[in-house]
Amino acid sequence: MTPLELLTWARGPGLSIALAICAFGILLRLFEIFSLGRKADLSKAREHSPGSGWRTILSRSLPPPGLMKRAPVTYIGGYVFHLGFAITLFFFVPHIELVRGLTGLSWPGLPTQVIDISAVAGLLALIAVLASRLSNPVKRLLSGFQDYLAWLLTFLPLATGYLAFHHLLIDYTLALALHILSVELLLVALPFTKLFHTVSVFVSRWYNGDIFGRKGVAS
Amino acid sequence: MAHDAPTIAETLRRQGISRRGFLKFCATTASLMALPPSMVPAIAAALEKARRPSVIWLSFQECTGCTESLTRSHTPSIEGLILEQISLDYHHTLQAASGEAAEAAREAAMRENHGKYLLVVDGSIPLGNAGYSTIAGISNLDMLKETAAGAAAVIAVGSCAAYGGLPAALPNPTGAVPVSAIIKDKPVMNVPGCPPIPVVITGVLAHFLTFAALPELDDRGRPKVFYGESIHDRCYRRPFYDQGKFAETFDDEGARKGWCLFKLGCKGPVTYNACATTKWNQGVSFPIQSGHGCIGCSEPGFWDMGPLYKPLSMPIAPVQMMVGAAAAGGAIAGTAMAMRNRAAKKAAQAAHQKVTVDDLEKAK
Ligand code: SF4
Ligand code: SF4
Repeated sequence: MTPLELLTWARGPGLSIALAICAFGILLRLFEIFSLGRKADLSKAREHSPGSGWRTILSRSLPPPGLMKRAPVTYIGGYVFHLGFAITLFFFVPHIELVRGLTGLSWPGLPTQVIDISAVAGLLALIAVLASRLSNPVKRLLSGFQDYLAWLLTFLPLATGYLAFHHLLIDYTLALALHILSVELLLVALPFTKLFHTVSVFVSRWYNGDIFGRKGVAS
Repeated sequence: MAHDAPTIAETLRRQGISRRGFLKFCATTASLMALPPSMVPAIAAALEKARRPSVIWLSFQECTGCTESLTRSHTPSIEGLILEQISLDYHHTLQAASGEAAEAAREAAMRENHGKYLLVVDGSIPLGNAGYSTIAGISNLDMLKETAAGAAAVIAVGSCAAYGGLPAALPNPTGAVPVSAIIKDKPVMNVPGCPPIPVVITGVLAHFLTFAALPELDDRGRPKVFYGESIHDRCYRRPFYDQGKFAETFDDEGARKGWCLFKLGCKGPVTYNACATTKWNQGVSFPIQSGHGCIGCSEPGFWDMGPLYKPLSMPIAPVQMMVGAAAAGGAIAGTAMAMRNRAAKKAAQAAHQKVTVDDLEKAK
């Protein structure tokens, strides 16, 4: 199989399979989670706190005071990674073209220099958070196989994309094929690992905020 | 024949070409092959002594586009000179002889230059049924094997000979294969392209002529000098790609301003060829310069690489139906799971035995 054939497979059958598994998994898990329900809270709400869930979505997305002192790597690394990843994912023109190919939607992209910086920032942040996860005894104790898997599955698309874009180490065609394949791995794993937070994060934040609001810890 | 043949220098002199002209020819050959100017005297010395090598050109499952391209390298360019310096002893399209006389010419050239002639092939070879493509009643496979046996080297010209090309595109009805799938015991050089650039064809011939050997090849058997870089790497529209300026249609503002053609399906990023540097029609232009994206014609299997006008990052096949069905499947499976979970919950509730304080007292 030549690199181009691999690329063609990745753009064709590979992508279809990955997207299908991802869509299947997301729907499956959403139905499962929502249908589980929660026990009805029979106690009276401590406090009337409309909008507590919504406010929590925002407040938990902002850094809590003191985090910078307590965990600077988590703080900076977390933000830099998520922003870098999102900018690279949503504003690199070939990525927008992919979305356009799938959904018909498109929006303006950013110059490749900006994407380059955001990708490098994302990669460095990922390396930093991994180093801190490994070196900090508490974090290491809390980490399991899934955490490292999620890290790897996120790292690979950024790394292969960077190699492809800069024509480093491997032939561009092969790098592009590996890049798309790594994204497909990410898509397949997304619904079934902690990576599902990309779908569920705001739902769970809302729920936490709302339930704590009822219990008197309104945000 | 080989012995009596005049050397190349003699032929040039006889054509009234001066020593100066001859050295210029050598210098052009050097630059064509990306060799340093210091190589010019060596080239001159080699050509002084070189005799016109015999070239046999076989055409199998092809469209003659490669020969069309080759002939465009003629007058009055350097390539024309080179072509006069080889003895093209057999070429279906270009030779005057036909039928038995043509075959006799091929056999004579093979006999007289055994072990020294250059075999050029365009077109792919059908393995399905020998009758799919024959010449003078001889199957392509037999003719290739027979002619390659006495060749010094084989040059597969065009994407069909190099990779199977159009005949090998899915579902490959004739079982077409490239030259390299059959000839394993000779040096085989691939010169892909649909068609290859004329000066690339003549450039590699010039190299063989000068050094009596094939130029340096990459892992796919292609001469590195011409196929070392991708179209995208050398494309003059590249700055627009980097700035994120793209033509969206073939006649919009961006197209008129010469912006990058990526969104219109340009395959330049994955195509290795010399179009962006050597260009076509004696350096006049190349496809991207005329406003059309590269279709990747020099890459293996480019016909099956997905729609020509879809950007490289777009999916090749429509995935919406499949993804929709998978999502529906996920919803159904999720509902089933929900029902199971609820049933389990209910069962647990039903099985729950209530214990009162009295019961506990009694149990004491
Ligand atoms: S036109 Fe094609 S080869 Fe040129 S920069 Fe754009 S994508 Fe690359
Ligand atoms: S620009 Fe691309 S498609 Fe066009 S001739 Fe060159 S390699 Fe072939």
